[in-house]
Amino acid sequence: MLKLSRRQTLAAFTAMAPLASWSPAVEAATPRDALVVAKAIDDTITLDPGECYELTGIEVCTNLYDRILRYEADDLTKMVGGVAESWTVETDGKTYTFKIRAGQKFMSGNPVTAEDCAWSLQRVVIMNKTSGFLLTQFGWNKDNVKELVKATSPDTLTLVVQEAFAPTLVLNMMTSIVASVVDKKTALANEKAGDFGNSWLKTNSASSGAYRLVAWRPNESITLEANPNFRLGAPKLKRVILRHVPEPGSQRLLLEKGDIDVARGLTPDQLTPIAGAKDIRIESFPGVNNFYAIMNLKHGPFADVRVRRAVKMLVDYQAMANTFLKDRFFVHQTFLPIGFFGATPYNPFKLDVEGAKKLLAEAGFPNGFEVKLSANTNNPFPQIAQAIQATMALGGIKVTIASGDARQVIGEIRGRTFQMAVISWAPDYFDPHTNADFFVQGADISDTPKSRTGPWRASWLIPELTAEMKRAAQELDGKKREQMYIELQKKVTDDGPYVWMFQNNWVIAMRSNLRGYPKGLFEDQFFYRTISKT
Amino acid sequence: MARRVAASLRRLGALLFSVVLTFLGLTCVTFAIGRFMPIDPVIAIVGDKASQETYDRVYRELGLHEPVIVQYGNYLARIAQGEFGNSVMTARPVLEDLVRVFPATIELAALALVIGVVFGIPAGVIAATNRGRWPDQVMRFLSLVGYSMPVFWLGLVGLLLFYAKLGWVEGPGRLDVMYDDIVAPVTGMLTIDALLAGEDEVFANALGHLVLPASILGFLSLAYVARMTRSFMLEQLEQEYILAALAKGLSPWRVVWVHALGNIWVQLVTVIALTFGSLLEGAVLTETVFAWPGLGLYMKNSLFAADLNAVLGGTLLIGAIYILLNMLSDLVYALVDPRARDQG
Repeated sequence: MLKLSRRQTLAAFTAMAPLASWSPAVEAATPRDALVVAKAIDDTITLDPGECYELTGIEVCTNLYDRILRYEADDLTKMVGGVAESWTVETDGKTYTFKIRAGQKFMSGNPVTAEDCAWSLQRVVIMNKTSGFLLTQFGWNKDNVKELVKATSPDTLTLVVQEAFAPTLVLNMMTSIVASVVDKKTALANEKAGDFGNSWLKTNSASSGAYRLVAWRPNESITLEANPNFRLGAPKLKRVILRHVPEPGSQRLLLEKGDIDVARGLTPDQLTPIAGAKDIRIESFPGVNNFYAIMNLKHGPFADVRVRRAVKMLVDYQAMANTFLKDRFFVHQTFLPIGFFGATPYNPFKLDVEGAKKLLAEAGFPNGFEVKLSANTNNPFPQIAQAIQATMALGGIKVTIASGDARQVIGEIRGRTFQMAVISWAPDYFDPHTNADFFVQGADISDTPKSRTGPWRASWLIPELTAEMKRAAQELDGKKREQMYIELQKKVTDDGPYVWMFQNNWVIAMRSNLRGYPKGLFEDQFFYRTISKT
Repeated sequence: MARRVAASLRRLGALLFSVVLTFLGLTCVTFAIGRFMPIDPVIAIVGDKASQETYDRVYRELGLHEPVIVQYGNYLARIAQGEFGNSVMTARPVLEDLVRVFPATIELAALALVIGVVFGIPAGVIAATNRGRWPDQVMRFLSLVGYSMPVFWLGLVGLLLFYAKLGWVEGPGRLDVMYDDIVAPVTGMLTIDALLAGEDEVFANALGHLVLPASILGFLSLAYVARMTRSFMLEQLEQEYILAALAKGLSPWRVVWVHALGNIWVQLVTVIALTFGSLLEGAVLTETVFAWPGLGLYMKNSLFAADLNAVLGGTLLIGAIYILLNMLSDLVYALVDPRARDQG
């Protein structure tokens, strides 16, 4: 065997040494006038507010575009004027008139007019993309919208809805993403084949909000620049950069080093070790996302309301909230999240194995049954599914967990091929109708429905409750309307196909020199303009 | 002369035929995977909350109402015209996306390959010449580590040590935010573009971001290259010509590094080409940990979003890479092996 001498071996090793000699020491800190946020931004597929419906996109558009009305950062519970300074509702509940503020300008320099507002709403209806249903529910369609939504003078916007809806519902819709006001002239200057500027607005902004879009680099970053002429004053930080950092471990290291200001995806195992760090502060505040399980009544046993109730008694809500969901979730068992008009702290179910067994026996399932529980693989769905599996077994129900990608699970639910699934829901706008319309619209469970709502997915036929829900949407008296939603929620919680479990808390880790982080309930309220650095 | 030209043309024809066939096979398999995945591409675009009317419209817009074979035919017709379509995820043409993400991967892969080859080959040679002794044991251990250590974990530990604790390198991402948009993209590789623009600070920052993920990928390549080099060298060192060379009085150093190593280059070129190919495919986990917007991450996100145009575009690019590398390694064979040259 041929061997090299020791000196030759050493020489060869020495040649490899430069690998270990790289050492440019790095001092980390984000620029003083910029906010750098780490989060997963790969859900962004468009930044056109007329079609955008993904969480990151809505959050970004919230900061780019001013809306007709708003819930502002100063008081997140009070509806105030946005682009419009005042509004009136005719007594028939069908005609709404908005007076547009004078002196507002888009970033292009064009004035903000009632015509911009009308056109922005019209294009949502005519394009009828994902968010189109929010406005078409008012009876607007591509043929009538230009008549029913129009500028009656340069500073007056008039809307006519086809049915009398509760004014709060229509007005709340004017605070949502579809009421973002787009610069008509700029958008039309970039129009392609009559697309209302849609393809251009996907990656550009034509706005009058607190920021303008500098660049969206897919899977890399989204950069915004402050609008110094914003009607509520220039934002405190000149630039906001959302960096795509999908891995929580990487987010934590970046935050500890000061290379980012905010980490938006830390899991409990990442949060615990940094909880006491002096340069880091963790803020927690309620969100409005519901986490629930849905039962398909096509799967035999679930057709019996006693079985559905038994299932609800075979979930240990509090144990989950106290352990792996600690701080991030709290028990909430109705379809309206706390913080919403009409919400109620009605939590009737807790783990009760004996009670559940009794109900199962009465329903003809004394030995339980088998069921497939679909859950996506993102945290915390697998843990929730496993906990449900363990406690359902106590009542004799044998649960098999089927894990899959989130879109796969949604596909099963929309196709009604699932038996039971764990899933979450985020409201679309700040009015109880947003959730009621989805969870209680069950007058048509045929194979060709107009929309695949919650009851349709679960094959839960409820024409009476649906009518009740519609009456609540049209009730003009605020007090009465609130009570109607409370009653509706109790019925759905008691008998419905949903096992309501939790409402989320947002847990945000940030550098301790950050001030004014807004405690928004959801993406429509995640404002950047109030954030500053000391 | 005419016979030689005819033979060259035949070879060229055969090559073109195999390239076209490979591409067709690639599109066919990828298209089938995309169509039969349990993810609804319409939901990927319109989301869960869209009305049935919107869902149906997009379903038709995507051509999903056509029979699968017609969809495939339409797709082939489009790419024959150079039209790869738009990506659902990024709202941009797929070609534009690939031009953006691929340079990030090339930059990472090239440095990783350099590390893998520069250190892997000597490591393999040293291991072979010290078979059974400590240098060999060390190399085999390192190879085993490189083979069996999860790259995800290695990346996080690397970040913890070299970025968070020691501060030797920059963190995840390709560049610090303050250096964004300073250098105009020319090649798309930030280090090269910064050098071209004469921006030393940007270059240092980009290199600081690049060095750790490249070293980790390089270490994995090193493990493979070193193991293969060791094995090829052991075979050579058993040959009689080695004994003859030593008997004639040549120094062991020269025998090993010139004669034995010289004889394994053809095999090594194949190993290096394959390594480079797998690095260019993109390293999904490394790109995730290091928030590196390369081809691997792009392909993973496209697959999960059932973004068929993006998946097919990316697959064709990867196919093209392998075909190109095969052709390149054939060329290099001819350079390092006179027999291959003569046959040509």
